[in-house]
Amino acid sequence: MNQELISKIFVPEIKKKTDALVARYETRRASILEVLRLLMDYYGHLTLEIEEAVAAYLGIPPIDVREVVTFYTLFYTAPKAKKRFNVCRTLSCHLMGSDKMIRYLENKLGIKTGEMTPDGEWSLHAVECLGACEIAPMLQFNDDRFCGHLTEKKLDELIESAKKGEQKTSSGKKQAAV
Amino acid sequence: MEKLISKYFVGGESFGLDAYEKDGGYGAARLIFDKFDAKGLIEEVKKSNLRGLGGAGFPTGMKWSFVPQNTGKPVYLVVNADEGEPGTFKDKYILWHVPHLLIEGMIIAAYANNVHKAYVYIRGEYTEPYRKFQQAVDDAYARGYLGKNIFGKKYDLEIVVHRGAGAYICGEETGLLESLEGKKGFPRLKPPFPAVVGLFGCPTVINNVETLSYLPFIINRGAEWFAKLGSEKNGGMRLFCVSGHVKKPGVYELPLGISLRKMIYEIAGGIREDRKLKAVVPGGLSAAILSAGEIDIGMDFDQLKAAGSMAGSGGVIVLDETVSMVEALMVTMRFYAHESCGQCSPCREGTGWVYKILSRITGGHGRSEDIHNLADICSFMGGTTICALADGAAMPLRSYPQKFRSEFEAYIREKRSSEAQQPGYESAGSEIKRGEGVGAIL
Ligand SMILES: Cc1cc2nc3c(=O)[nH]c(=O)nc-3n(C[C@H](O)[C@H](O)[C@H](O)COP(=O)(O)O)c2cc1C
Ligand code: FES
Repeated sequence: MNQELISKIFVPEIKKKTDALVARYETRRASILEVLRLLMDYYGHLTLEIEEAVAAYLGIPPIDVREVVTFYTLFYTAPKAKKRFNVCRTLSCHLMGSDKMIRYLENKLGIKTGEMTPDGEWSLHAVECLGACEIAPMLQFNDDRFCGHLTEKKLDELIESAKKGEQKTSSGKKQAAV
Repeated sequence: MEKLISKYFVGGESFGLDAYEKDGGYGAARLIFDKFDAKGLIEEVKKSNLRGLGGAGFPTGMKWSFVPQNTGKPVYLVVNADEGEPGTFKDKYILWHVPHLLIEGMIIAAYANNVHKAYVYIRGEYTEPYRKFQQAVDDAYARGYLGKNIFGKKYDLEIVVHRGAGAYICGEETGLLESLEGKKGFPRLKPPFPAVVGLFGCPTVINNVETLSYLPFIINRGAEWFAKLGSEKNGGMRLFCVSGHVKKPGVYELPLGISLRKMIYEIAGGIREDRKLKAVVPGGLSAAILSAGEIDIGMDFDQLKAAGSMAGSGGVIVLDETVSMVEALMVTMRFYAHESCGQCSPCREGTGWVYKILSRITGGHGRSEDIHNLADICSFMGGTTICALADGAAMPLRSYPQKFRSEFEAYIREKRSSEAQQPGYESAGSEIKRGEGVGAIL
């Protein structure tokens, strides 16, 4: 049964990448954060079935995988929105007006913090310090690009460009604020 | 003032391998193999008074001298690039702009400690810094600066770049080791210290990104020169991260011991709109707050400790006169409630209750006994837990009401409320669940 599940989840392309990750470490288990990330990128989010397959493949109890998946904030256990705003709300961002930015996005998207629009397009989360306090208030878009010095106008532009599907990766100039 | 690391912080891209070498890069790494044996190298680093710049300020050379070399087990080097202390963003600049400097520093630290395999633990949210650093590692391998017989010497060094997945506690060095071993980040009881029993049960050196990035300068220009840049027992410079209400937030590389007043008013341009200063967090969110009257202080580990605060991670957060200290403390304690790993009750429950009380106050429902209750909870949070997260939470929790008591009293008396706590934003603690403390079951 395990073997079946493993081959279902670890399709050849994924298996190859997983094995390369596992080989970097002293134990199979040590690769788990990278392996979960790989599977999440491939399948969108982590299901119980994926967790079980990971447990079997790395040779650890499923409960240990569950512990890891639920401990870290970057693992999604439910489908995620296509466009995700994670707005930082820790002290430096708070001082520079993150609450106002969050409220503005809530109104604009018609959802509350922590929610996703019914069509699965947008979601809004408040997160803790992302290590970009020099560009506060800031947010991370789709768990990748940092956008800083936020204003309501900037948020409007961001939403417009996200609608058009502009998939810019983080630009160095944006973060290098010194 | 001369810049060391930060001279590379220009433009939007990394200093690639060629550019870095043209600037003399990897010169120090080549030099050590002929100039030093491992012991001699540790002595040199001791002389430089280099302190751990991740937060604790522990003398780097001394830490290395604790690593046993006779256990028959490998020794690992682990680089702490988790950079989670709020107000801190310097390591991101190193990973981004000058990844080869960190690699060179790692080679030096590896040689001093007989390390042949090193891990770099990068916080999961640092996607682009990760890509840039991984690229640099690949380039260094391709040129024979990593892997087997590096620089043609009889020395092997492998580097594995590992990403975290979102947890402040994994910046704590033993939480980091647990996470690196594939578990949730529950810190370990110490002793044994990681130097003796660390990664996979083997002796392990753990250092911060910035700490290691100063090593090439120390080798190239001498330990005495480096020591003299700073203040007594606090060698060299560090990358201060200034944020909040200053005109020019950013990373500034300054000598240890520099005056906080000078940093705020001259280097960071003063307070926005020339308002009055109210308070400063001098060393990351976990440092005790300083009031405006306390800024004539030298920013090094020993002077800030003597003043009841800490130099910590070098994150300087500046608060102007418009800030409500009650709201600032609520925001601060919300962070700890969210990030407590839940292993120790005083921290899990303490941070949860404190956040609950503070959000009641900022929601306009404070009670007169709340200030006393906060102090009471604070008194059992420090020194009672496996790691220092709770001690870090206790520092602001104690110092804010101490230094701004009348503001807390007025806030409660007048039943003010905060935008951060309006209905529709979030009900306090509803999404705080990592450690499943009190805050989670409101
Ligand atoms: C709760 C907590 C979080 C920490 N986070 C970090 C971090 O993000 N980065 C870091 O370098 N050190 C962090 N530290 C300090 C590390 O435990 C450790 O002291 C440091 O990595 C050692 O390296 P250094 O001697 O070069 O500073 C943290 C400590 C605690 C208690
Ligand atoms: S407080 Fe928002 S990025 Fe640090």
